[in-house]
Amino acid sequence: MPSVRVPPVLRQHTGGATEVSVEGDRVGVVLEALVAEHPDTKAQIFSEEGELNRFVNIYLNDEDVRVLDGLETAVSENDTIMILPAMAGGSRSQAPAATFGGLNSPAAEPGRRC
Amino acid sequence: MAPDTKQPLAVEEISAQEAFEEIEGGVVLIDTREPYEAAEARIEGGKLIPPATLIATIEETAPDKSARTIVYCRSGIRSATAAEQMMELGYTDVVSVAGGILDWQALGLPVVTEAKLTDEQRNRYSRHTLLPEVGASGQVKLLEAKVLLLGAGGLGAPTALYLAAAGIGTIGLVDDDVVDASNLQRQVIHNTERIGDSKTSSARKTIEALNPDVKVREYNYRLDSGNILETIADYDIIVDGADNFPTRYLLNDASVRLNKPVVSASILSFDGQISTFVPHEGPCYRCLYPSPPPPELAPSCSANGVLGVMAGVMGLLQANEVIKLVLGIGEPLVGRLLLYEALGTRFTELKVRRDPACPICGPDAVEVPESELGAFPDYEAFCGGHVGS
Repeated sequence: MPSVRVPPVLRQHTGGATEVSVEGDRVGVVLEALVAEHPDTKAQIFSEEGELNRFVNIYLNDEDVRVLDGLETAVSENDTIMILPAMAGGSRSQAPAATFGGLNSPAAEPGRRC
Repeated sequence: MAPDTKQPLAVEEISAQEAFEEIEGGVVLIDTREPYEAAEARIEGGKLIPPATLIATIEETAPDKSARTIVYCRSGIRSATAAEQMMELGYTDVVSVAGGILDWQALGLPVVTEAKLTDEQRNRYSRHTLLPEVGASGQVKLLEAKVLLLGAGGLGAPTALYLAAAGIGTIGLVDDDVVDASNLQRQVIHNTERIGDSKTSSARKTIEALNPDVKVREYNYRLDSGNILETIADYDIIVDGADNFPTRYLLNDASVRLNKPVVSASILSFDGQISTFVPHEGPCYRCLYPSPPPPELAPSCSANGVLGVMAGVMGLLQANEVIKLVLGIGEPLVGRLLLYEALGTRFTELKVRRDPACPICGPDAVEVPESELGAFPDYEAFCGGHVGS
């Protein structure tokens, strides 16, 4: 059974598990099985339209599935699928000056801290 | 470099002081070391013949086999072997300098160096200059390098400490925060007495106490699209340890514009990521992450926590990348994302490819106005619902 490596931000939704084994012969099928088992992981992985979110990368072993066949990429028994969301934790402890929506619009401050 | 175990019984040795006096009067002087050692410090007038080539080339370099010939190396072991080999070749008046150039320098006798290192620097960085990959010329590169650190916090603290120790000549620190007691679990460049001080001034004090060769520049402001280009323009390499996505995208866009390599790491709980983005040679941050997560899905250390040691591990991997880039050695993490998972003590390497559709570094990328650096024009609606949350 292929295994899925769970990033820190999703572990609260997998009961703390860092790796989960799920059935499936395609990347999309494996991820859907993961979501079926742990429904709260869905928002991080899939958009409302069922596409992969642009802010999360899915790797099959060491390769980004975007350069393979995306969700259709074939998966075999011993493969590892890695869910890789962007992380920004680092140095400072203040809210950012810049914003996603437009750098000069202070009202759009998202206020994420690390 | 391996010491020869053969006992060179037949070889006459002289002290460094005796060698100095004889060399004044005129002798044949042979330096049996490697080129990188000779570049660091050598005795004037010596002819360099590395040990591996001695037997093949000595008769051409020193044809007079009856002339007084002094052989030296670093500590006197290789030169004794060389002298013995020369005697076997028929040289009749060859001696080896006991203690080699180490003794010579300990006596304060004059050396010639190709690199512009002071005596104090030669000593301070001797463990670097002994490495063939660094050498004296590499150390000069480090001393001439200018590195900008985004953040003097978790990642910035260990990175700055080791870059300062390594002799990076100019370190810029961008941080508008002050030292808080909750920082000290991981931000080892600060200390308890400096709680309430600005992080850049606290880091400056630590760096200056560690290594007076380093010039520290403080930038006590937040980066935005109006100041990023001028802030990074004067630096060779940028180290991104920013705690937030807007700054990471802002830096990415500006660094691609100005063609500056960025060493980028992030940490969360027991996990870390690091990659090195060299514009147009490899992918950029946007190739890896085309867009940031919405705020409610963005992991944060203040909410999730982070093991303090993670800052050290990932910060030092960043320092290592910087040093390799400065020296032009090894294989930087270009096109590779390295993950470290501390609980399992597991490193994983993933491939990162250039995105042909990348709006910043792709072939069809168009230069955006300065005010839009780091922005996500199509992202406003997505984030709009979370304003002020």
